[in-house]
Amino acid sequence: MIIPYTVEARPDTGLHNGKLGIWLFLASEVMLFGALFSSYILLRVGAPEWPHHELSVKLGAINTIILISSSVTMVMAWASLKMNDFKKHRLYLLATFALSAFFLVNKYFEYSEHLSKGEGPWHSTFFAIYFTMTGLHGLHILGGMVVMAYFLGPGAGLWKKNPEQFTNRIEITGLYWHFVDLVWIFLFPVLYLL
Amino acid sequence: MDKAATIGAMAPGHAHEHEHEELGFWRTYVFSQDHKVIGIQYTITGLLFLLFGFTLMMIMRWQLAYPMRPIPFVGNWFGAANAPGGVMLPEFYNQLGAMHGTIMVFLGVVPLAVGGFGNFVMPLQIGAPDMAFPKLNMMSYWVYFIGGVAMLTGFVMPGGAAQSGWTSYPPLSDIATTGQTVWLIGMIFLITSSLLGSINFIVTIVQLRAKGLTFMRLPFFVWAQFVTSFLLLLAFPPLEAAGVLQLMDRLAGTSFFLPSGLVVSGRPLLVSGGGSPLLWQHLFWFLAHPEVYVLILPAMGIVAEVIANNTRKPLWGYRAMVYSVAFLGFMSFIVWAHHMFMTGMGTTMAAFFQTTTMIISIPSVVILTALLLSLWGASIRFTTPMLFALAFLPMFGIGGLTGLPLGLAPSDIHLHDTYYVIGHFHYVVAPGTIFALFAGVYYWFPKATGRKMNETLGAIHFWGSFICINFVFMPMFIQGLGGMNRRMYDGGAQYIHNAGLLKWNIVIGFGAWGLGLFQIPFIINFFSSIKGGKRVGDNPWDATTLEWSAPSPPGHGNFLTEPIVYRGPYEYSVPGADKDFTPQFEPDKEKPGQSGVGRGGQN
Repeated sequence: MIIPYTVEARPDTGLHNGKLGIWLFLASEVMLFGALFSSYILLRVGAPEWPHHELSVKLGAINTIILISSSVTMVMAWASLKMNDFKKHRLYLLATFALSAFFLVNKYFEYSEHLSKGEGPWHSTFFAIYFTMTGLHGLHILGGMVVMAYFLGPGAGLWKKNPEQFTNRIEITGLYWHFVDLVWIFLFPVLYLL
Repeated sequence: MDKAATIGAMAPGHAHEHEHEELGFWRTYVFSQDHKVIGIQYTITGLLFLLFGFTLMMIMRWQLAYPMRPIPFVGNWFGAANAPGGVMLPEFYNQLGAMHGTIMVFLGVVPLAVGGFGNFVMPLQIGAPDMAFPKLNMMSYWVYFIGGVAMLTGFVMPGGAAQSGWTSYPPLSDIATTGQTVWLIGMIFLITSSLLGSINFIVTIVQLRAKGLTFMRLPFFVWAQFVTSFLLLLAFPPLEAAGVLQLMDRLAGTSFFLPSGLVVSGRPLLVSGGGSPLLWQHLFWFLAHPEVYVLILPAMGIVAEVIANNTRKPLWGYRAMVYSVAFLGFMSFIVWAHHMFMTGMGTTMAAFFQTTTMIISIPSVVILTALLLSLWGASIRFTTPMLFALAFLPMFGIGGLTGLPLGLAPSDIHLHDTYYVIGHFHYVVAPGTIFALFAGVYYWFPKATGRKMNETLGAIHFWGSFICINFVFMPMFIQGLGGMNRRMYDGGAQYIHNAGLLKWNIVIGFGAWGLGLFQIPFIINFFSSIKGGKRVGDNPWDATTLEWSAPSPPGHGNFLTEPIVYRGPYEYSVPGADKDFTPQFEPDKEKPGQSGVGRGGQN
């Protein structure tokens, strides 16, 4: 039994199954982070005072640059496949993986600095939100890294068997990755600057 | 009929064909990726959870009918921590109450209506070989299963299961015993399962429709599942967020839902404070109101299928029903705060939400009216599924209409948190949705097994349940209008205004236990019919939709030949046709000027 439209697009919808699936998934993710951002607004509006400049803008800005660069390398990883250059693809995917690892290392230093000062999630509403939202975002980064590791390792074999399907999968991974970046682009000003 | 007969004759050959795949026992029945097996797994698990959740309520009903008296038969099973000497403790009553609601909604009805019927029937009705993502489908079931088990482990935790109601309002739930933590973890699993499932459903409906099956030719059941999936997809994530925040409150010491200056048992709570209990309510009801429609839409879909089939007429106003169900889905996202009129959120907010609430009642009424008018002038076949579908109409009608006073702030202030509310939503969900689900079980059982369920036992099941369930829920309106509060361990005996209302608790109790007894014929019927039911062909109800063109039971991959759709879903009693049903999968006869192709649905 073969499921139709796993690789090729259905003519009347113009989509293959995976692409529609990831867009729907991202829609649900928008609702998830949307709910968290709304909670942030509600709690901040209700708070008598709100702390400013608790976080290191420098580290945050570095992480923003890292993630934006990783988005670029992710696109290149997909574009190289489109241009039939598998070697380049692996290089770019590895770069994306490495950048996301940098991001998490950076985050680790940030977390441990605050925790050592006793500024854990229990400290105040601000740090509660900071740890919850960046933590959940960090989990998304980690999830993306697992997927990338799979395509660098055991998943890479698909390129030989079915290059179109492999390209589709990288495209889907890329869509997810851009979303994760986008969340950070909202998180950075909301938590570090405002 | 000829077509059905040929397919039936070919079925055994097909069955042999996929023995070649040699999947083995575990991958065929346990870790199956076949949507039909997963659908049946969901159905059976869902039915068992419904039985379990209902049993909890039968036990609670003893405490309400005869407060502080030892529970007969099972009283000694619960241990001294819960029911010393067989008499229920208040904490145990609260656990049973919270778990009854959670189990019925999240582990019973939704998995049965969406996971069970949606999985089994929807791909067949759209002519798909399977769901778009079979592995994801398998994962949805097992994540649901783990979530259910996680939630039940609460009963063996120190302090027992979650006891803050199915709504888990903080601050109470934030400081409750460990059972609440596993409730939250279970909930996050269930939400994840629903998300995976809903993505799969939408992609399947959009991408895998058979040739010729346009959106306006989809059976109404598929439309209902389609809208339901969007509700699950977009409404559940905020509850997931809320669940994460509450977990943080409980495990990481945050105060998202804990206000400053909270005093617990006479001592100030040592937290940073600054949180908002109302935030939880907003996030919770942002899910939980669409959830009401998740409960009711698949039921409406099932009823529409059964009614069209047993009236032998097209559905009255198919298009109006489709537009209504889509509008209903959209509106369900902007009515949530009508659950919160008592929170002091202000009259402007209340005005907005009561307006949207009145608007959303319109499409519901359109659908119900269309179903009712479909009966007009029909020669109705009173089969067991039809009995349940017919009962759905007035029962859901009562449930829906009694909801109107709750949607308006002035009357809600009197009725809020009384038994009137309990009566209202149970009429919607129990004799409404659950009756429709029973209709679905009786209706599609022949497709799943190749055998019909027994009609006599079915009739006993129906009439017994129908009478008993009204004895359960009708008195609740009287109690609620009299001001009797819900969630009272002794039924509210300490309040003088309840004095004349307590006697109804005994009536309700006997109604509930009778309802329990009348489920026995169903259980017997269900299991004995799997092997011993009357053998039937592929299309025993003379139905028109695509699932009846597949063999019963359908093999892996569903259809013997690629199905092609020629017409709308409910072409019953077409004038000039040689039989009273013209299936979607039957090509037109060679008669010029009589073509049905290109017409999307009826009227």
